[in-house]
Amino acid sequence: MVYLTRKIEFSAAHLYHNPAFSAEENRRIFGKCNNPNGHGHNYVLEVTVGGETDPRTGMVLDLKELKEILEREIMTRMDHRFLNYEVPELAGQIPTCENIAALIWKLLEPKINKGRLTRVRLWESPDLYVDCYGDGAR
Amino acid sequence: MRLELTRRYALAASHRLHSPHLDEAENQRIYGKCNNPYGHGHNYFVEVTIAGPVDPATGMIANLSDLDGYVAREIIEPFDHTYLNKDVEAFRDRVPTTENFCIEIFERLKRFPRARLVRIRLEETGRNSFEYAGQRNGDEHE
Repeated sequence: MVYLTRKIEFSAAHLYHNPAFSAEENRRIFGKCNNPNGHGHNYVLEVTVGGETDPRTGMVLDLKELKEILEREIMTRMDHRFLNYEVPELAGQIPTCENIAALIWKLLEPKINKGRLTRVRLWESPDLYVDCYGDGAR
Repeated sequence: MRLELTRRYALAASHRLHSPHLDEAENQRIYGKCNNPYGHGHNYFVEVTIAGPVDPATGMIANLSDLDGYVAREIIEPFDHTYLNKDVEAFRDRVPTTENFCIEIFERLKRFPRARLVRIRLEETGRNSFEYAGQRNGDEHE
């Protein structure tokens, strides 16, 4: 098994607000992230695919293909977007790093047909990231 | 699907690698420059990885302000800008190698009440790092 990791970056805005909480609770639980006008991050996404190399090409999957999947599924959906309002899959969820990473996993997993999606690592900032693994991973 | 969240913290501290179980020559031979009697320092980075269910009301495994507060109290306050050998009780009789420091940090954080501690990764410099995830056959961090 060989693992291949591709890294992309996207910039997006979000805010944390749960309408089931009072204004005071939202402020207490989410702190600065509750600012009603939102704020943004430069997200860094590392996508790892594991598999056996194809003896004819020496590749697990063609990086060009992975690049196109990431462009179509992630960049067009999330880059320079306000995640709360412009990504319908996140509607009704708080767009935390946990929830965005889980969505990215769900979007990519069925699209990767050569090798298997092994890990999604989403950096929200240089001091915070979330890893998402499939069921049955170590 | 399984999620793990990792938060990275910085702390600066000095240490000296010297074992009372070894003689002077052996200490010098094994630890080299790190055995210099006055100690030396590093900018450490601590990566704390936690796991657990995501609360649908908050979208979080644990609130980062709770994690930051816990790490500040248990790790940053007692260790940042200290001389590990003299200022930290645990290293009075244990060599403060980054292996031992990594284990000490794990032991201090494993009771974080809001999520399960998965592992600690400790960078001593940009070129050395150590990871500890508890005893493999034990349940001490469950």
